[in-house]
Amino acid sequence: MTEIRNYTVNFGPQHPAAHGVLRLVLEMDGEVVQRADPHIGLLHRGTEKLAETKPYNQSIGYMDRLDYVSMMCNEHGYVLAIEKLLGVTPPPRAQYIRVMFDEITRILNHLLWLGAHALDIGAMTVFLYCFREREDLMDCYEAVSGARLHATYYRPGGVARDLPDSMPQYQESRWRGKHEIARMNANRQASLLDFIDDFAQRFPHMIDEYETLLTDNRIWKQRTVGIGVVSPERAKQLGFTGPMLRGSGIAWDLRKKQPYEVYDRIDFDIPIGTNGDCYDRYVVRIEEMRQSARIVAQCVEWLRANPGPVISDDHKVSPPRREEMKGDMEALIHHFKLFTEGLCIPQGEAYAAVEHPKGEFGAYLISDGANKPYRLKVRAPGFAHLASLDEMARGHMLADVVAIIGTQDIVFGEIDR
Amino acid sequence: MLESTLQLWEWLPVWLQILVKIGIIVLPLMGAVAYLTFAERKIIGFMQVRMGPNRVGPRGWLQPIADALKLMTKEVIVPTNASRFLFLIAPILTLTPALAAWAVIPFADGLVLADVDAALLYVLALTSMGVYGVIIAGWASNSKYAFLGALRSAAQIIAYEIAMGFALVGVLMAGGSLNLGKIVAAQSGGLAGWFMFPLLPLFVVYFISGVAETNRAPFDVAEGESEIVAGFHVEYSGMAFAVFFLAEYANMILIAALTAVLFVGGWQSPFYGSWLDALSTVPVVGWVFDHGIHWFLGKTALFLFCFLWFRATFPRYRYDQIMRLGWKVFLPITIVWLFVEGIAIAAGWQPWLA
Repeated sequence: MTEIRNYTVNFGPQHPAAHGVLRLVLEMDGEVVQRADPHIGLLHRGTEKLAETKPYNQSIGYMDRLDYVSMMCNEHGYVLAIEKLLGVTPPPRAQYIRVMFDEITRILNHLLWLGAHALDIGAMTVFLYCFREREDLMDCYEAVSGARLHATYYRPGGVARDLPDSMPQYQESRWRGKHEIARMNANRQASLLDFIDDFAQRFPHMIDEYETLLTDNRIWKQRTVGIGVVSPERAKQLGFTGPMLRGSGIAWDLRKKQPYEVYDRIDFDIPIGTNGDCYDRYVVRIEEMRQSARIVAQCVEWLRANPGPVISDDHKVSPPRREEMKGDMEALIHHFKLFTEGLCIPQGEAYAAVEHPKGEFGAYLISDGANKPYRLKVRAPGFAHLASLDEMARGHMLADVVAIIGTQDIVFGEIDR
Repeated sequence: MLESTLQLWEWLPVWLQILVKIGIIVLPLMGAVAYLTFAERKIIGFMQVRMGPNRVGPRGWLQPIADALKLMTKEVIVPTNASRFLFLIAPILTLTPALAAWAVIPFADGLVLADVDAALLYVLALTSMGVYGVIIAGWASNSKYAFLGALRSAAQIIAYEIAMGFALVGVLMAGGSLNLGKIVAAQSGGLAGWFMFPLLPLFVVYFISGVAETNRAPFDVAEGESEIVAGFHVEYSGMAFAVFFLAEYANMILIAALTAVLFVGGWQSPFYGSWLDALSTVPVVGWVFDHGIHWFLGKTALFLFCFLWFRATFPRYRYDQIMRLGWKVFLPITIVWLFVEGIAIAAGWQPWLA
């Protein structure tokens, strides 16, 4: 009699559903997964170590590259830790801008998640619908910072510059005629704030479009309901945060529980799930996008009414304006010190966390008083989620593993760091 | 001129005549496959608010040609531990039945390569042959992904073959013949004569089974991009891959053509018997309203559009859910409807099943 053995499948690191470089060793009994063993480290870039070798303000750009689909939220966690150590509070306008861009980033991240998750489950059209809106949001990034992905826009003490009065326009080309370009540029005629406001108004209808393709679709429900169920107790034990935790029914959101910036002055709700399966997490994230649009609209309203400085005027922390620097000796010295030595932070340690689209993103900084951190530890939400993959996938089929990877919203930039 | 051409034709030996006829069917079919891929990309592109291919040639019309050239010039890589002979014969085994089945498809009244009486049986036999190519490809590749894909595909095709067979029994009972030409003839009388209406459940089951049979979305678990990468043809490259691709699309066209022939009256005009039929005597444009090959092609194109539409709309089923749908839903539906149809025929219900 022959012995029946399970067989192992190497899922990734070059697999279309591996979301980057996930290497997953699956032990399978036919189509049923007996054990899932995620391997990490294929995208390790030593971000934490690199941060120890650079002045504080030069590491902001590295934070963008951690979770490369929610760039500004990463910056936010890092910048908050620096500000906590320095004891600096950014001016209110900067706080509102940060909240607005945090929520834009949340929408960006959730759009990519939704598209990729749906594509993993086989619904390819949602992916392109999501990217249509992502394009607009990346244009906001571009308008404000010049870069579409890695913005480096948040600075200790505020943000790099105020919101611009104009939006970049599409140009005519061989493939797009005058009328089409005019239509595409129609909502880009005024300032960035008008563009964002326009987006926040129409975005809920776009979400309705995605939902018509998925929410009540029988196949979508068959593929997500009851898949990867995590009980509330277990979710807490596993260290889940963000939509993964809220999908299991625990109303934990740092924006409400430990409000930072101006979240306590803004009206929004936290959606939670009941069953803790893929479908609930899907619904939670969809609702989060609607809430984010609400927050963005409130920020736009406030920002329109309240002009003001966007970065602290303490020139030990933030550089003086360029024209000041040309005439004022003190400003020149400040500028020179900031761009050579960087800022020196008093001795101490601080942990600052933000509600990142994927969960709690925290930066733990230890300063020995120098211009570089003694140690930076990044708490990436995806790491805890990926660690639970085995538990969530066990006993499910191969196709469900793909759904579970999708629902965890894994990005390897932050897990491997 | 015409007479001399006919004389030349008569003078040719029979085998050459048959070869020419085969060429007349297969070459346009290959062209149709090429432009079906183009149509797919354009139509799905339109549904997804993007442009689709538009760089090669005017408005992208030469894209399929460029694709074909690229695939032909690429190397066919045979994996080291693959079973070389089986690996190379598998694509051929997949393509052959997909093309051979076209022999009995009636394009218009009397326009058929082989007017055999057991045509329906022949089609069923050949379409189920295609699975051998898939299984052999998966086995010979010596890859776990390909093997999983082959197993999935085998189970799926067998499950849906049965539902499909039962659906075709319904057509056979209503049409009273296995000859496809006679089945079309039995659907005369315009729109009301089509088997689509009395056999609506069978029509739906047949078409969905057809989608499953050709491994198209939402039943594409055998090549599920996000699960097992490309399934049974993951190790294939160049022309060997292209042949699988050709077979898949030729099968799609075949299923669409069969649906047109069996359920919606093939080459028959839907206006026949209605007041619009009088228009067929109008001099220049009258032929549009008359019976003819254009109706057959139009109906086929409509069903092909549905294939593409499904692909853009639905998420993918999971493997066990496909099995459940095939065995526990479609099979009972077809059996129940066969009973209903049997009673209807025995009782002579008008106007359809007398």
